[in-house]
Amino acid sequence: MLHYILRRLLAALPTLLGVSLVVFMMVRLLPGDPARIVAGLLASEADVERIRHQLGLDQPGPVQYAEFLGRLVHFDLGTSARSGQPVLNEVASRLPWTAELAATSIAIAALLGITAGLLAALHHNQRLDVAISTLMLFGISMPVYWFGLMLIVVFAIKLHWLPAAGSQDPGAWVLPTITLAAFSVALIARMTRSTMLEVLRADYVRTAHAKGLVDRAVVYGHALRNALLPVVTVVGHQFGTLLGGAVLTETVFGWPGMGQLLVDALFARDYPVVQGIVLTFSTLFILVNLAVDVLYGYIDPRIQYA
Amino acid sequence: MWLRFRRNRGAVVGLAVLVLFFAVALVAPLATTYNPEENHLEEALNDPTPAHWLGTDHLGRDILARLAYGARFSLVIGFAAVGLGLAVGLPLGAVSGFYGGWVDLLIQRVIDVLLSFPGFLLALALIALLGVGLDKVIIAVGLGVLPAFVRLVRASTLSISYRSYVEAARAFGQPGLLIIWRHVVPNVLGPVVIQATLGLGSTLLTAAGLGFLGLGVQGPTPEWGSMLGEGRQYIFSNPNLATFPGLAIFLTVLGFNLAGDGLRDALDPTADRRIA
Repeated sequence: MLHYILRRLLAALPTLLGVSLVVFMMVRLLPGDPARIVAGLLASEADVERIRHQLGLDQPGPVQYAEFLGRLVHFDLGTSARSGQPVLNEVASRLPWTAELAATSIAIAALLGITAGLLAALHHNQRLDVAISTLMLFGISMPVYWFGLMLIVVFAIKLHWLPAAGSQDPGAWVLPTITLAAFSVALIARMTRSTMLEVLRADYVRTAHAKGLVDRAVVYGHALRNALLPVVTVVGHQFGTLLGGAVLTETVFGWPGMGQLLVDALFARDYPVVQGIVLTFSTLFILVNLAVDVLYGYIDPRIQYA
Repeated sequence: MWLRFRRNRGAVVGLAVLVLFFAVALVAPLATTYNPEENHLEEALNDPTPAHWLGTDHLGRDILARLAYGARFSLVIGFAAVGLGLAVGLPLGAVSGFYGGWVDLLIQRVIDVLLSFPGFLLALALIALLGVGLDKVIIAVGLGVLPAFVRLVRASTLSISYRSYVEAARAFGQPGLLIIWRHVVPNVLGPVVIQATLGLGSTLLTAAGLGFLGLGVQGPTPEWGSMLGEGRQYIFSNPNLATFPGLAIFLTVLGFNLAGDGLRDALDPTADRRIA
């Protein structure tokens, strides 16, 4: 098992290198002179030269990339052009907000999504199934940011039940969590429904029925356990996606997470911060997906670690 | 196939919605006399009236007119992005699956990298790389749907590249690219069309998301996402500004998803038959 995990980690290295190359190129491909952009419009020629040297931009490309990687190994993401703070500190102060929001959302999404999908499958082609399927189709078709705004209009502006923005009191968590979870609920429900329908037609389910097991035992003991295997992958993948997808939700609710920081940094052309966030998100995403793969093998004993 | 598609009520509704939006996009100049980019500050932020069915925005522009013209941009972005993903993804996937070896390895690693940016972040990262604007949005969003096409085509290619007719073509000494064109491409077309239809929905959502953040098509161009983003500032006083563009995006994406689901069921009779 440990051997397998190590091998998977090793296999993720080329991907991580690729990601780092894309992130590295981000600043290099910009139209204009990156040193000038970082220095700002009012900087003198000498300042620009100093910054160019400071950023190592006067070195050949491959050397710059090697140095960039060297710094990454030491978790040095550079310094924010706006605040002068190390990017690592800025990311570290914002990451918990995003991670907690994404974790709460995925927990709710998994619970609701699996329940809804299961109910729909068990009432296949009946009214409940049609209602759930329609609702879930709406869920994957809605722009999340619009859904969030509509929630604000209804629950914050019209009903005054919940705050429209902020992050301090517990009520402020409700709307962002629902907004972020909505798409995943729908996706997980659709996935659960279709795998469940497939599994319910499987031979071993017929056998279980034939040998006289009660419905409950067949559904929960045999069918659901098998149907949930692919769902686990989707849930894990969605968690990673929510981390990145939080950008829009955070913007709508003024949530002080990484997404908001990323958008602010993009507008301020604070490229070290943009690079740091993109790199952090992708690394987390790769690690989460890896963890899901490992977990998958753990809950499905048929998978062998060669 | 059409018969099976037609029996699916949801798919027909989806198609109808799409046809409506296409029609609106086409005849936008005839359907409305308002100029979507001309400001009338004295009429700013009006509620819906007989003259302005959906009201006016913060610069006094007719929201309905902007939505109608905006349909063009949103649909163009969607189709161009999916077209780009398809045009690049189909050959890459076919070559990757057909030839295998180091070509396959290289292509798959590149796809792995694209897939390492979670969801919306890929589009954002690419916009950070490319800058804003219509063409940039199309590239950023198109690269987002690319991996799905490559993976899909590669898997289908792998599964048919050992069929006897492909082996026969190989034995005759037909060049690889010709075999791909004659035997592989027709076989993967079905799933690719379904993927493309569903992909249109997701590209629209992503592109509008960029517009919403102000990182997509720039004003005064009436793109639905940026209209929604501008309307957000007036959410407390005039929620119409954000409601209607969002509704337009929602309905269009719903149309593509319904049509895509319907296509899948019609092309693949073994898939579970959905009603909704």
